[in-house]
Amino acid sequence: MSEVVLRGFGWRHAGRRAWAVRDVDLHIAHGERVLLLGPSGAGKSTLLAALAGLLAEDSGEAAGTIEIDGLDPRKARENAGIVFQDPQTQLVMARSGDDVAFGLENRGVPPAQIWPWVSDALDRVGFPYPITRSTAALSGGEAQRLALAGVLALRPGLLLLDEPTANLDPAGADLVRESVGALRDQTMILVEHRVAEALPLVDRVVVLEPGGGVRADGTPEMVFAAYGDKLADEGVWVPGFTIPPLKSAATAGPELVRASEVEVKQRLAPVSLSVGAGEVLAVTGPNGAGKSTLALVLGGLLAPTGGRVCGFGDDKPPHRWRAATLTGRIGSVFQNPEHQFVTARVADELAVGPRRLGRSPAEVTRIVDDLLERLRLSKLGAANPYTLSGGEARRLSVATALATAPRLLVLDEPTFGQDRRTWIELVTLLATLRDDGHGIVAVTHDDDFVQTVADRTHPLGTARLRDPLPHRRPGGHP
Amino acid sequence: MTLALQPIADPSAPLARRNPVAKLAAALLFSLPLIATLDPLTPAIALLIELAVVPLFGVRYSTLARRAWPLLIGAFGLLVTMVLFAADRGGTLLLELGPFDVTTGVLTAALGLILRLFAVAVPGVLVFATTDPTDLADALVQNAKAPARFAIGALAAFRLLPLLGAEWQMLTLARRARGIDAGRNPFAAVRLFVSTAFALLVGALRRGGRLAVAMDARGFDSGAPRTYARKQVFRQADAMLVIGAVLLSALTLATTIALGLFRPII
Repeated sequence: MSEVVLRGFGWRHAGRRAWAVRDVDLHIAHGERVLLLGPSGAGKSTLLAALAGLLAEDSGEAAGTIEIDGLDPRKARENAGIVFQDPQTQLVMARSGDDVAFGLENRGVPPAQIWPWVSDALDRVGFPYPITRSTAALSGGEAQRLALAGVLALRPGLLLLDEPTANLDPAGADLVRESVGALRDQTMILVEHRVAEALPLVDRVVVLEPGGGVRADGTPEMVFAAYGDKLADEGVWVPGFTIPPLKSAATAGPELVRASEVEVKQRLAPVSLSVGAGEVLAVTGPNGAGKSTLALVLGGLLAPTGGRVCGFGDDKPPHRWRAATLTGRIGSVFQNPEHQFVTARVADELAVGPRRLGRSPAEVTRIVDDLLERLRLSKLGAANPYTLSGGEARRLSVATALATAPRLLVLDEPTFGQDRRTWIELVTLLATLRDDGHGIVAVTHDDDFVQTVADRTHPLGTARLRDPLPHRRPGGHP
Repeated sequence: MTLALQPIADPSAPLARRNPVAKLAAALLFSLPLIATLDPLTPAIALLIELAVVPLFGVRYSTLARRAWPLLIGAFGLLVTMVLFAADRGGTLLLELGPFDVTTGVLTAALGLILRLFAVAVPGVLVFATTDPTDLADALVQNAKAPARFAIGALAAFRLLPLLGAEWQMLTLARRARGIDAGRNPFAAVRLFVSTAFALLVGALRRGGRLAVAMDARGFDSGAPRTYARKQVFRQADAMLVIGAVLLSALTLATTIALGLFRPII
């Protein structure tokens, strides 16, 4: 178990004017389990990268000192292990056991010791498969457990977890938290914005101040009693702060789109539903039930292999419409906003849709300015969409769909991974759109979203489809 | 995409079991010398030998055919090219296609090229059909002394390849959702393809960057000597495979020379 000492620590990335993290004094004793909080941009991830020894001396400017057991983290890399958000970009090898062995090979562990250590690490995270299991066949939660095992195999005294459940569905996040909760041999620092779920794993909370320094430090009860309001305002999901429901006052208006027995081979079992103007329909269900596929079908992006979608009085189903026609009727918002960006400026991004619909330049300018204003993006009009924060990118992706004024909006996990502030903004915006007569379909795992704004819920069957990933076989080569 | 990359052989077949580096070396040493001649006989003999050893690699002929069918497209392309552009139009005239005379000379030359294509490609298909990518990377590092940073790095990147297929579909659908489609305009289609490909590349680079950081966080950049959890051994039988490949290649060329059909490329 390691001890961490920071004295006036700061870091400024090369080429940036502002310090990513600054004036941090912190002492973490052997075996402590710390939740590191702060509004987005407070430098939590930078601090973890510094502790993991990943900030190369020539990649920025440092201030103060940072030590793990009295050593510079860059010189004591084996002391710290770090797990990141996305399991897909942490797994290196095709077979699970090989992946855990990868770090041990890098450290020059004698071959005879490697496999016992691999089994030990896999046992500690509760990995249920043999070591030959293909890493491509793992679910998100299982893959993240494997990534954790790969780090634990190196027996670090300090375990750093940078939002390890942010990319996972609730079931996967539970798997990972269960594994982390069972660990006892490390000092641990966890960054996580779903605070309520993370609290059972920690015994101390440290809040970073965005301008620099530590705002609060103590037991969870102490910190949230003193700073709960302020943290909640800044977007931290402080436990106990609920949001009043925003349900529709009126009954649903005329039907916009109806799906009859639509199915997509191996991705979506037959389902029938309809959505009307002025209602929010939440589509829920476990992973692999085909929720995202259904969103693509309703959005007119994917052709169903069976059944029929019709709407807007058109004889043709939505997937046969021209793209410009489609965007004037149905707007789709993808789970990953970056998939939808096609220009290098935020304002241009909003102008794409209206231009394609043949709006005049004056009209386009009016639509763009109006949306920038409504979604608090005015200051970012000239910014590159790829440089936006998670919350800003999400707002922009919703705005791009609204630019063509579609009556129906289809959103895939709109609130996924958002901080509390963006979450409230989004939910309020969707409620307003609904009250203005838009129909809204949201595919979601988020219970709070369903409780707060959904007028109707359509659960997709739990009956798993026959092998949803037929091309990914478990590897059979020991 | 994954299907085309996974090994599909019976791993206990006598030659499938050989060291991946030995298999790769044998394939290269057998097929490359054949490029030295332009006659159709040499690649024909080579192809016969290759087809004869297929069962020793534990690969069914039907599987090989499924893996190798894209070569037919290449073969057809070669045939068309030769009919259109061949300089030597000697031999008997068989067919007149407008301004193009199809003669026996043209067909012989085309046949030679097509056979060469197959003779050079089939060994490669065999090696990759019988070799696990992980084993290949291990053997390259341990037996061929390839730099680990290159071999293991390439292996990790290789693992991300299947994700690109899904990513491409998402990007295509997302563009339609933004109101961008090409309709029937071929120029718009090309532009759309290029912009989608660019977005795919940007995404792949970002993902690759994150993977590199995660690998370094687990000591990949430590510079300390690596150890190997999976040992790859280069045995006598592996050496025999390589020597056998060289001998068979030499035998093939010798036959052509003895029959007086050898036509050096230079």
